[in-house]
Amino acid sequence: MRLVVDLNRCQGYAQCAFLAPDVFAMHGDEGLLYDPQAAAAQRERVLQAAAACPVQAILVDGLDLAATAPAAASHGEASDG
Amino acid sequence: MADTALDQLKRSGRVVVVGASLAGLRAAEVIREKGFAGSLTLIGDEPHEPYDRPPLSKQVLLGKADAERTLLPRRRDIDAEWRLGVAATGLDMAARTVKLADGEEVPYDRLLIATGVRARPWPNEAEGELGGVFTLRTREDGVGLARALNAGPRRVLVIGAGFTGSEIASACRERGLEVTVAERGNGPLVGALGGVIGAVAAELQRENGVDLRTGISVTALEGDSTGRVRAAHLSDGTTLECDVVVVGLGAQRNTEWLMGSGLGAGPRGIACDAGCRAFDLRGIVTDDIYVAGDVARSPHALFGYQFLSLEHWGNAVAQAETAAHNMMSESTDRRPHLWVPAFWSSQFGVNIKSVGVPSMGTEIMITQGSRAERRFTGVYGYQGRVIGAVTFDNGRWLQFYEKQIECTAPFPPPFTTVDRRPDGQRPIPADFPDPSVPTHGPTITLSGYSPADRRIATFTPAGH
Repeated sequence: MRLVVDLNRCQGYAQCAFLAPDVFAMHGDEGLLYDPQAAAAQRERVLQAAAACPVQAILVDGLDLAATAPAAASHGEASDG
Repeated sequence: MADTALDQLKRSGRVVVVGASLAGLRAAEVIREKGFAGSLTLIGDEPHEPYDRPPLSKQVLLGKADAERTLLPRRRDIDAEWRLGVAATGLDMAARTVKLADGEEVPYDRLLIATGVRARPWPNEAEGELGGVFTLRTREDGVGLARALNAGPRRVLVIGAGFTGSEIASACRERGLEVTVAERGNGPLVGALGGVIGAVAAELQRENGVDLRTGISVTALEGDSTGRVRAAHLSDGTTLECDVVVVGLGAQRNTEWLMGSGLGAGPRGIACDAGCRAFDLRGIVTDDIYVAGDVARSPHALFGYQFLSLEHWGNAVAQAETAAHNMMSESTDRRPHLWVPAFWSSQFGVNIKSVGVPSMGTEIMITQGSRAERRFTGVYGYQGRVIGAVTFDNGRWLQFYEKQIECTAPFPPPFTTVDRRPDGQRPIPADFPDPSVPTHGPTITLSGYSPADRRIATFTPAGH
């Protein structure tokens, strides 16, 4: 699955690195490195990360945010930022 | 209700987008979002679907992502005809056609030009073709450079300490490779952020083991008998042995294909109005040709209506969205592209971000944190107002200063109690290089009143 992070928006809250550590990793105190083409097996975690991002900086292929937000909430992983 | 020209365009018109990268893709998505049901053609000289470039100088060089796997995600289906791997070579504004390298002519009713920039090549062509000499802009560049770094070179030479060059040097050090950076200015990043911040960037490089040489240019590259680079000759008379060289001398705008078309396109880009409509050479705005991304230069109300050229990821997205919106709107529904410039860089473990136009600043004041800790906010002032800001690992302050820029808040900032340290409360000269001397550093170019503008070669008298 393809993804991109708008690093202008990113403020290093690290929610994504917590929820999908194989795809997102903090680099230094504030920088973020991510795998732009994550394995399909990571999809659920990446969608949770995208939903939980306090500044909504993560864009994922074919992601309909309205459809995934409840899924993240049902896992109890949604962040209030 | 009457069937307007816009209705007809949306129903059965032909939209052509030249440039199939970030700006072209995002524009295409918005064009469809606006209800365009006609034919949509995307033309790109690279043979790939739109991919993301920032990772090429970061995670790709660190071995944490594959250069061939940075394709941009799609926000929606764009149902486009893709013409990839074929460059646009000409524009006939009267016939409304784009000519392609394979001889075909593609007709349009609305055209969006988003042809971007390319890496400025090493000026000596034969030396630039030596094995081990790279630029970094395309996927192929990323694949080649990553492979060269994987091979464990003895020393990498980076020519030019702008953002790309500095990020490459950072990746080399993180991988334990010896790296020399040769910069003809007096520090890294000075074109974009000025000498005060350049001095911090220089300390960062040296602390991390970069052999940084400022005030130095590379006069020649020398190959061995197999055609691989083996050494570089420097302007101080010394010779440096190196087996990988990265040329980081900035970018050139892809406008040559428009020469002779009558469009207002030149080495600085394509001039357009705030609504992204291209100007022709006579300074008259066109009705059907729009511009977005790195190749565009447009006037900005916040920055003295000067023409801004921005090589920024966020600008490509925002300008593409505005251009696409305007292409599909009645004139009264059009909106201006008044995005506040913003960019980021990641190097030596520090997250560097900026908003506004620091290079307009004559003074800088460290308002939060301290340079010694490598964690600070610097605010740039111009004629008594806040014009830009930069943060080192202090990004959460940027939104605040973006608002200060947008409301033309006074400089120096009068507030005294927000996380301020005594060492930074005084504005000092921002120390930018002379703007009339071209540098490869800035990612923002201001023009319109610049003396360098006289060198633009595209002006031809009207002849009637």
